[in-house]
Amino acid sequence: MDHKTVVETNINGEQMEFLCEPRQSLLEVLRDVLGMTGSKEGCLTGDCGACTVLIDGRAACSCLVLGVEAAGHKIETVEGLAQGSTLHPLQQKFLENASLQCGICTPGFLMSAKALLDHNPHPTEAEIRYALAGNLCRCTGYDKIVHAVLEVSKGSASKAA
Amino acid sequence: MHAINYEAPKTLKDAVALLAQYGDKGRPLSGGTDLIIQLRAGVRRPEHIVDIKKIPELTQITFDLRTGLRLGAAVPTIQIYENADMRRYFPGLTEAAHLIGSNQIQARATVGGNLCNGSPAADSTPALIALDAKCRVAGPKGERIVAAQDFCTAPGRTVLQPNEILVELQIPVPARHSSDAYLRFIPRNEMDIAVVGVGASVTLDLEEERFTDARIALGAVAATPLFAAKASEALIGKKVDDAAVERAAQLAIELSSPIDDMRGTAEFRRHLVGVLTRRSLAIAIERARMV
Repeated sequence: MDHKTVVETNINGEQMEFLCEPRQSLLEVLRDVLGMTGSKEGCLTGDCGACTVLIDGRAACSCLVLGVEAAGHKIETVEGLAQGSTLHPLQQKFLENASLQCGICTPGFLMSAKALLDHNPHPTEAEIRYALAGNLCRCTGYDKIVHAVLEVSKGSASKAA
Repeated sequence: MHAINYEAPKTLKDAVALLAQYGDKGRPLSGGTDLIIQLRAGVRRPEHIVDIKKIPELTQITFDLRTGLRLGAAVPTIQIYENADMRRYFPGLTEAAHLIGSNQIQARATVGGNLCNGSPAADSTPALIALDAKCRVAGPKGERIVAAQDFCTAPGRTVLQPNEILVELQIPVPARHSSDAYLRFIPRNEMDIAVVGVGASVTLDLEEERFTDARIALGAVAATPLFAAKASEALIGKKVDDAAVERAAQLAIELSSPIDDMRGTAEFRRHLVGVLTRRSLAIAIERARMV
């Protein structure tokens, strides 16, 4: 029962294999097995969005997915956003707009925003607010985050996609 | 979380065989947005998790104008509201699916799982009951069909035996001048659990301006989602007017037996049943006139 399973998956464009116990969530696998600690653990009930990753291009809470369920799917995490030392436009605009304070919620917000812009490069402010409703921030508030996403959508949407 | 064994069979037959073998130690996994939380909290302690998302017929939406809708039990809600046939023919069910949780939840959560989780406040269940959806259930003794209105038996409990799987939801093609709606009350814009939810479907005779069919279903006002039979029957054959809608709303209120809890008092919930019944009927009627 406790034996580990080999899982073949694709994370941030890289084909890889990992070993995990079936009871481990994708979040635990990312953080504790693969050392990718960008995705954060918040509520573990799917309410806060700090653990948001993209699965086949869709935002999902990695705390509500088993690591073994990642087999055969494409996973994107915050670690895959920057290209070398070049920040992703969303990361750049979050910095410019001071869209973070403690930073715990930021990776989740970035991934939810990426999922939105990948499917809808020019969302309205209301669409942005709905798309980010599954991410909670307890210090910055939401305006600066929404503003950053709006700026990306108006500016360099092609780079964001 | 306790140790589990995980399998992802590729056919319904294999999934049924696995669950038959595990009995009450097994549990199907669909989107996981309820089950994984329950496993972590120790509320459910199955040893064997059978992932049903690799089974083609559970993960498809098929609709045609002869056979109607077959909505696979493991289809995530995001695929429901992105489906043009769902939006066109079942707007009420589609809006119920669209109300459940955040984008992150909607990428995983399923209408089938919402039903099997058995919450009295499940958003999509009243919408299914209003459409008189039929649930195709597979088990070791073969298959059976259960009406959505009979599926939930108590909070967290359904007619499913431990070795059975909900395969799909079946809904006939809506008749001409027929449509549906779902409304819920929550104290914020989204991301909350229904204080009350009401699903309605109507079929109209526009020449006579009468209801030829109607179904009203209530959520979060009893131990299970309810089909409001008397309220529905009271509309059939009646003129489409405020008096008929008001009569249905009063009968829906009479049927509801809500509790006081952190989301609202019983009195407030009864009030909401009236408001949401009137409004969901109004929307369903308006939509039915257009199709």
